[in-house]
Parts: sequence; structure tokens; C-alpha cells
Amino acid sequence: MTTSQALPPALAEIVTDFQELEERDRLTLLLEFSRSLPDLPERLTNHPELLEQVMECQSPLFLTVESEQTDKGEVIRLFFKAPPEAPTTRGFASVLFEGLDGLTAAEILAVPDDMPEQLGLTRAISPLRMRGMSAMLGRVKRKIVAGARPAA
Amino acid sequence: MPVAVESNEKFAAYAHPERLVSTQWLADALANGATADGGLVVVESDEDVLLYETGHIPGSVKIDWHTDLNDDVTRDYIDGAAFALLATAKGISRDTTVVVYGDKSNWWAAYALWVFTLFGHEDVRLLDGGRDKWIAEGRELTTEATPSSPSAGYPVVERNDAPIRAYKDDVLAHLGKPLIDVRSTEEYTGERTHMPAYPQEGTLRGGHIPTAASIPWARAAAEDGTYRSRVELEALYLDEAGLVPGDDVVAYCRIGERSSHTWFALKYLLGFDTVRNYDGSWTEWGNAVRVPIAIGSERGELPKTN
Repeated sequence: MTTSQALPPALAEIVTDFQELEERDRLTLLLEFSRSLPDLPERLTNHPELLEQVMECQSPLFLTVESEQTDKGEVIRLFFKAPPEAPTTRGFASVLFEGLDGLTAAEILAVPDDMPEQLGLTRAISPLRMRGMSAMLGRVKRKIVAGARPAA
Repeated sequence: MPVAVESNEKFAAYAHPERLVSTQWLADALANGATADGGLVVVESDEDVLLYETGHIPGSVKIDWHTDLNDDVTRDYIDGAAFALLATAKGISRDTTVVVYGDKSNWWAAYALWVFTLFGHEDVRLLDGGRDKWIAEGRELTTEATPSSPSAGYPVVERNDAPIRAYKDDVLAHLGKPLIDVRSTEEYTGERTHMPAYPQEGTLRGGHIPTAASIPWARAAAEDGTYRSRVELEALYLDEAGLVPGDDVVAYCRIGERSSHTWFALKYLLGFDTVRNYDGSWTEWGNAVRVPIAIGSERGELPKTN
């Protein structure tokens, strides 16, 4: 089993939660995550052009990242939107949100690219679907590297 | 015992109306207890592996196209023994009427139906309009788990692929006869193989099989996800694609799921006897060595034989 030592604490905890469950129960946990994905703030709902739409054969996912000045310096805020008909996509988005929102750019960029595999879901959801989900982390990172837009 | 076939004006125009049921028919059948004795089993098959869990038709069971119907080791569909286990676990006997429904205008449901047909399951029908229409009409969904009630057993039947499934070599031998490419226009022309920066099955070349007509699958579906009428389907596949009744047709897409939806329309709604789904589809063809492609919006020429 892969260790999750290199992960930020919140994400490491999520990974441990998944790993401690039987395979079937991991799907149930992912379903719970899908329900807790927060809605977009109104300023983004009203400005869909600020979101990157990722459309393909599978369900559409919208995401954007913003930088925000806080007491601990500049942090990254994550925003995801996926329709209720795509609970698996929402579940992964929700895991990334809970695990990474509010961290610094450097902390997020340091997350290993194979982190999604560590959730132990590959067999339960199939390798093909897993590739799509893993790509979500890649897209978050690419947007950060490209330069997060300051929060409005 | 097979459950009575639905008859209505729209379905009656199709070549095989017994392959479709309406949402009202299903609601009535459920209310009449058709599922109680195992005579009818309702199967949900979706793109999203968790969608069923967010709410499904009461009493329905889930069959997932990836994790239930595929064999990763052989990169093939499951074999007769595995299908018998799956069917038994889902409460299905050989003479059960199976009604399949799903998301995305039933494209995964049609795929599951096609796999049932590989095993020669006789009475398998599609819920016209699928999951979305059922929900749009405000019909009942539940998150309550369907109690497991295995059937008395399902025989081990070996798949009979040849009548409805084409392999790559079959498609090469088929060149010169009609092909329907059901992918998006951008995939057909070769502009893209999948979305940028979004890993999919991974295809090296973009384009289509030479001479294939482009009829994106969704054009066979109305706004509410139901199949278009016979007249509309004829306009699409006969007038526009140029098919002639009696043609031997192969349909393909990227991995064979969207083309199952078109396969169903050609086979059961328009009544083409010989329609095969090429499930290797672009993922195989676009990568294969020594097979020709065509690029752009024209259908392209047949390759010279050597």
C-alpha cells in the first residue's frame, strides 16, 4: 500500500479513511463526499465564463482556482461544479476540495499525481473511470501553475 | 413467464415494437406486481457508477457496464459462466423479461442490452426515454437498497458474438458495405480524438473508417431521451446516411457504447437484420497497425486492395 505521508494533513486523513474501509464501503464514502460538495458562490454562478469547462464523453465538470490573501499568506481556493447526475465526479471533486482548499500553491503542487489512486477505488469504479478522476487533480495543478486569479 | 408486450401507436410503427416499453407501461407493470415473481426484472445501467445509489426505480437492480460486464484480463466481455452468476445474482432467469434503463438517453442501457443479446437472452427491452424521462415525469425513485433475491439459476450460455458484434478483421472484410460512425463531428473529421488534457482511452490517430457515414448517435434521440419516430429515423439513416433496407451495417463509436444506441435503432426500430456493433471502435481502429483511416468531413475512398 502506498503511504500517504507526503500528503497535506486533511487530505492524508481522507486517504486513510478510504483505505480503512472495505472496497464496497469506499464507494459509499465517495457517495457521501459527493453530497457534501459545496455549491458555487453566487459571484461564480453568475459568471460561468470564469469557470473552465471540461467537456468530453463523460459528465461535464467545471472548475476554477483563486488566490486569496490570508493571515498565513496567499492561499488557493478551489471551486468545482458538477451536475447531480455525476455523483462519482462530484465525489472526487469533493475529496479534492476538502483535502486541498485553502492550502498554499506550493502545498497543492507537492501532492503526488497518483494521490487519487491511493483512495483504493480503482477496482470498484474501473481503471478507465479512475483515469478521468485522476486527471482532475492534474487540472487543478495546471490552473495553479498558469496563475490563479485573485478572488474578486 | 414473459410479460405482455406494450402496444401503442409510436411503437407499432417500429420493426420490433416488443423491444421498447414506455415509462407508463413500466409504472403499471410495477404497480401490478410484475416483479414479484421474477417474471420482470428492471435493470439500471449508467455511465456514472454511483448514480443508481442516488436514487433508482423501486425494485430495480444495478448492472455496471465496466465492473460487471467487462473482463479486464481478456479485454473482452465476461464469459457464459460469469454472466450466469451475474444474472442469477440479479434475480434473472433465462425466461425473465428484462427491462433496461439508464442515464444519457439510455446509451449505457443500450450497451447492457446489447451484451444481454450476445448471450441470446430472449426478452430484453429498453425503457424508452430512460432514467431522465422517468424522473422528468415525477415518477418514484428510491435510495432504498433492493433486497437481494437471486433467481433459481441461469444457464451457462456461451456468447454468440458473430451476429451482432464485429471485430476489427470483420470490419476490414466489411469495407465497401455501409458503416455508421456515431461519434461527434470533431471526432469524425479527426480534429480531435478526445478532449485536450483529459486522458481517455488514448488514440494516436484522429479520423474515421473510410466510407463511414457520420450520424452522431444523439440524433436518434428526441429531447426527452426517447427514440425518434420511425419516419424520423428513416430520414436520418435512409435518406441522409444512404442506407437501403436489407443492408449489412456496422456501427462504431469510441468504445462501442454510443454505437449500441444506434445499433438498437437500426436493428429493432428500423428492422435491419444484419447490424453489428464494432465495440473495438475508434480506440482500436485509430491505434491499429495497417488499417486505413480517412480525415475530414468527406466519407473518403476505399483503400486500394493490394
